[in-house]
Amino acid sequence: MLSAQGFGGPGKMKEYHYAGAVENRFSPYAFNGGTVLAVAGEDFAIVASDTRLSEGYSIHSRDSPKCYKLTDTTVIGCSGFHGDCLTLTKIIDARLKMYKHSNNKTMTSGAIAAMLSTILYSRRFFPYYVYNIIGGLDEEGKGAVYSFDPVGSYQRDTYKAGGSASAMLQPLLDNQIGFKNMEGVQHLPLTQEKAVQLVKDVFISAAERDVYTGDALRVCVITKDGINEQTIPLRKD
Amino acid sequence: MPHLSRASFFTSRKHKPSSTKMATLTMSRPAVAGFSFENCRRNVILEGEVNNLGCSLPAARKTGTTICGVVFKDGVVLGADTRATEGMVVADKNCSKIHYISPNIYCCGAGTAADTEMTTQIISSNLELHSLSTGRLPRVATANRMLKQMLFRYQGYIGAALVLGGVDCNGPHLYSIYPHGSTDKLPYVTMGSGSLAAMAVFEDRYKPDLEEEEAKRLVRDAIAAGIFNDLGSGSNIDLTVITKGNVDYIRPHDEANKKGVRTGDYKYKRGTTAVLSKCVTPLDLEVVEESIQTMDTS
Repeated sequence: MLSAQGFGGPGKMKEYHYAGAVENRFSPYAFNGGTVLAVAGEDFAIVASDTRLSEGYSIHSRDSPKCYKLTDTTVIGCSGFHGDCLTLTKIIDARLKMYKHSNNKTMTSGAIAAMLSTILYSRRFFPYYVYNIIGGLDEEGKGAVYSFDPVGSYQRDTYKAGGSASAMLQPLLDNQIGFKNMEGVQHLPLTQEKAVQLVKDVFISAAERDVYTGDALRVCVITKDGINEQTIPLRKD
Repeated sequence: MPHLSRASFFTSRKHKPSSTKMATLTMSRPAVAGFSFENCRRNVILEGEVNNLGCSLPAARKTGTTICGVVFKDGVVLGADTRATEGMVVADKNCSKIHYISPNIYCCGAGTAADTEMTTQIISSNLELHSLSTGRLPRVATANRMLKQMLFRYQGYIGAALVLGGVDCNGPHLYSIYPHGSTDKLPYVTMGSGSLAAMAVFEDRYKPDLEEEEAKRLVRDAIAAGIFNDLGSGSNIDLTVITKGNVDYIRPHDEANKKGVRTGDYKYKRGTTAVLSKCVTPLDLEVVEESIQTMDTS
């Protein structure tokens, strides 16, 4: 688009002050890209993320998954600024240990979610630039997904996409899992096989159109038998 | 300026003009040198009005891009990727970045998509007229002159970074042209956001007097470096090989990235979209022309 910034009036260009005071702000944040997705089923939960770490137009790493295992029944996916993702997961791990030592039990998914909300809000005026999604099993063994914003607002969901391609994935999940905008379709409960297949297909589409998503997909399936991880390749361009 | 007599002008018309002034005659002025600032005042006002409404003017689509060219023994090889981005979203997965200038000259374009498209078309048209006037095959240096003079006239506002290559009576030539109008005549050039990745490959493996197959492999590898290491470039590799008397426009030369195969079935049955109301209005039309344009429905 033509910029009229250099135009100071008819017949004149604006005066440029080459030696004048120029303020170059240092930004404490960077955007490292990445997409995270979580789906809750009847007796399972899935947390998936791509493994590309980028900055600007470059790729830092093709093998940097964004899913972090917290307990045997909970996995968290963090995308946004990688520095804050690492610090936040370290803090959560420390708090989990403290809870275990003082209460003699492992934190439940719901408790971790509530705790994360307070951790994030404690930095309300210099936030952690991280989009979090927690996936796990609740006390009754049912799948649970908790989605957060960078300052700690959270809610329990059935499915949620976060990160750079979230705007592309969320409507697709609303349609395929939430059966939104469809008439006369049977609302079948989501099986584990169908959910894993859907997650893989949805990331293939995200990698087509979002430049920050690609390289590989890490899928963590959480059931009462433990956490099962799979890695499948995606587009590398 | 053609001279029109007032009497002959009015007798040919039926209307009774109230004033005795002559009706305005539109005629194109000869091209003036330098940047025309006519529209700047209007643009400032428009930008202000749009910003007051809370919107912003649409940003031009850039192509991200890796383009490059190399001179080999018998001619030039030009290469380009095929991704067009709008911000950090892929707008076109398979766009064509190697543009026709004349039968012996082709031009790759990086930067603002509309600018590269229109600039190359304008110069191609002017070059054809020039070639008819001289009676000779156009020279690459002529195309280079025309492009740089136009881009300089617009002071960099036309965001077109070009790699111009071709073979004429003086042999094979390769130029890189920057948006502000500077040009470089070199044996190997790269442009676009992936130019550093492509240039790394060239600096490693270029040598003078390459064979055609070697040159094609080198350009293919340079573009592949841009595709895999630059987020603004992607999809396939297009090549154009220009030699004396022959042009090979290879699109695609290499489908470096295929879309992943989906295992689920996402076809919707008839009736899945709710029809709230229906109103049928028959139109009386005759079919003049039928054409089919395929789209990527994979």
